[in-house]
Amino acid sequence: MEDSREGATTLRATPEHIHVDEEEPLSRHAHPRRGLRIGIGGPVGSGKTALVAALCRTLSSELELAVVTNDIYTTEDADFLLRNGVLPAERVTAVETGACPHTAIRDDISTNLEAIEELEDKLPPLDLILVESGGDNLTATFSRGLVHYQIFVIDVAGGDKVPRKGGPGVSTSDLLVINKTDLASRVGADLSVMNRDARAKRGDLPVLFTSLTEDPTARTVADWVRGRLAEHRD
Amino acid sequence: MRAHAAVAAERVYTAEGMARTRLVRLRSQAPLSLHPNLQALPLRLRHWLRDPRSGMSVSLAAGAAGPLGGDRLRLDIDVAEGATLMLSAVAATVLLPGPHAEESRSIVNIRVAAGAALLWFPGMQIAAEGCRHSTVTRVELAPDARLHMREGLILGRHGERPGEFRQRLRITQGDVPLYDQELAVGAGTPGWEGSAVTGGRRALGAVITVDHDEDRMTSFGTAVSPAFPDTAVLRVSERCAVITSVAPDALALRQRLDAALWQTDNCARTAQDERKETAVAAPVG
Amino acid sequence: MTGQKTVSVSAYGTAEGSLSALLLLADGRFPTGGHAHSGGFEPAAGVDGLNDVASLEAFLRGRLGTVGLVSAAFSAASCRIFGAEVVPVGDPDSDGSTAAQLALLDAEYEARTPSPVLRTASRRLGRSLLRAGRCVWPHPGLDRMVSLPGKGPHQPIAFGAVAAAAGQPPRHAALAAAHEAVAGPATAAIRLLGLDPFEVNAALARLAPAVADVAGQAAACAHAPPADLPANAGYLLDIFAELHATWEVRLFAS
Repeated sequence: MEDSREGATTLRATPEHIHVDEEEPLSRHAHPRRGLRIGIGGPVGSGKTALVAALCRTLSSELELAVVTNDIYTTEDADFLLRNGVLPAERVTAVETGACPHTAIRDDISTNLEAIEELEDKLPPLDLILVESGGDNLTATFSRGLVHYQIFVIDVAGGDKVPRKGGPGVSTSDLLVINKTDLASRVGADLSVMNRDARAKRGDLPVLFTSLTEDPTARTVADWVRGRLAEHRD
Repeated sequence: MRAHAAVAAERVYTAEGMARTRLVRLRSQAPLSLHPNLQALPLRLRHWLRDPRSGMSVSLAAGAAGPLGGDRLRLDIDVAEGATLMLSAVAATVLLPGPHAEESRSIVNIRVAAGAALLWFPGMQIAAEGCRHSTVTRVELAPDARLHMREGLILGRHGERPGEFRQRLRITQGDVPLYDQELAVGAGTPGWEGSAVTGGRRALGAVITVDHDEDRMTSFGTAVSPAFPDTAVLRVSERCAVITSVAPDALALRQRLDAALWQTDNCARTAQDERKETAVAAPVG
Repeated sequence: MTGQKTVSVSAYGTAEGSLSALLLLADGRFPTGGHAHSGGFEPAAGVDGLNDVASLEAFLRGRLGTVGLVSAAFSAASCRIFGAEVVPVGDPDSDGSTAAQLALLDAEYEARTPSPVLRTASRRLGRSLLRAGRCVWPHPGLDRMVSLPGKGPHQPIAFGAVAAAAGQPPRHAALAAAHEAVAGPATAAIRLLGLDPFEVNAALARLAPAVADVAGQAAACAHAPPADLPANAGYLLDIFAELHATWEVRLFAS
């Protein structure tokens, strides 16, 4: 067993999990202020986990932060975050999605709500909770009952036609991140075409181009998150 | 055939003030017969008795064959405050069909009082082809009573399919239900051979421990080695743990339950040793 | 995220109204987190190599007769207890005897669920059910259940209470619970093994009389003392659940 896995919290009991604190009332509805919840979705391999890791590195020193991952294989993404040491284990929870990652973030958000509420219960009041969806296709979107805002991540290597194809993630997400701009020349993708198509689909909704290899702090996305957080606090 | 057997034990003190367990009732009725013996407690439970002579051991023989269809057997076990009793069956019980396809029934009523302990080894039950049998065991434990029991069931003799068998085991401690499980197999029970219940395996068994010794109970926190499949240690509560296994045959069942028990013994010993070392290493005063 | 308005139970007073609420509650799409659970099918398929409709059907029959019966009986009993409170719509000054009875039921269900892994899963599903139920069929009794000490009610206890809040009688709660005991794992099997969905639904149709039978047995003991409720155990379900929790790769939470 890898060291990194030892501390990973998943939304199922480990064998030593025993209910002993029966006296403790359910406190999840007593939080004076709920943290801002941001969903991060997008196709497989577009860099969702890398973006979450970057945001954690950049924001964890200034915010109380936690992450829920919805990986197809339960703890892969959570393990990545723990291995890279971006957040302590108790701030990362992985949930199973029953082979339906889009159901867990849209049609039946119960499991993710449970995970968020358990994090809220055991940690100091959280400012920000990132919910990373399992890699899916262009139709996956988050329920408004689960998150306040959603970021959709696509990547240049997936082809410069993706913004033109649209879909709810590309068209309606609160922020579209087009990642891996450093690969544009190698895969023959035209960033200006992607930009034009994305703006056409999204109207005034923002689009950010990133390269997490060139800027591992994801500065522009972190700034956008800070902006939403300021609005949420008002 | 109807039979009612009973055993009751209590604690007494010798002239030197030593605690001893004494049998105050020992009722045998054919085919159930009870005999005191001199067996010692299993090593793993020695922490239950400061003085190994203070417990009492009784063996239970259930007759050469039986119960047969139509039989009604009842056994009452009563362990009074502070007493320690071990009750062990001398052989496996073969459940057989009766002449008129009647059901045979066994009822076991167990009460263990405050500070008392019971070790209960009812032996393997073998559900022979064509049998119709039900066993109901009710265990009432006082809040600080202790229990260690091991049960096993073989579904049919060699090459046989089992008859209809049903057993319920209910353990309460104080007023709290601790463990309540019913097993039903045979033609009248749909799906019992599916992978939710037995998955075609022919032996089931459990070791149940209710104890307030911390070292003993924490030792049940570990997973069973994958070398012993289909076996799990269930930490039912702070004071109760169940080792449960489903195996292809009686031999494999015994090996798996033993392996899981040895594993917990090792853990308990390690925990005790560590505690002793800490105590020795700690600066005095 | 919970609605503020309390709908009078009499709104479901008509037979059709009641049935339509039952269909909503029994629908696998009702959002209670169930989609992430395979009811023990993923572990059983992994250990015993189940890979066809026949072995799925045998699994479902065993599950139905054991934890399905227990779950249906506890759902019916919970529905009966909660329903006794529901009829004169939600007295906020209830003396707590409903809570005490439900707590007793919960303790009995706990004793019938020896696997810590399955206990945790059941309480999570129970909390999710209450969350959904409070929003869909608002009722002060459901609000009170959330504020009880502990980690939330077991799934069947919550299911019975939500069914009662939805205007359902205990026999409907039992039927929906028995149906869910096989329909949930069957859906999981389709997703996990890629089994033909028509064949799997044909198997569910063949199980329908058995589901009705189990629901009938369960409803018949809605008034029984909690200690006497069924305790049929899925021995492999418990063992496999504990093993499953140690797997490195899982698609389902249980």
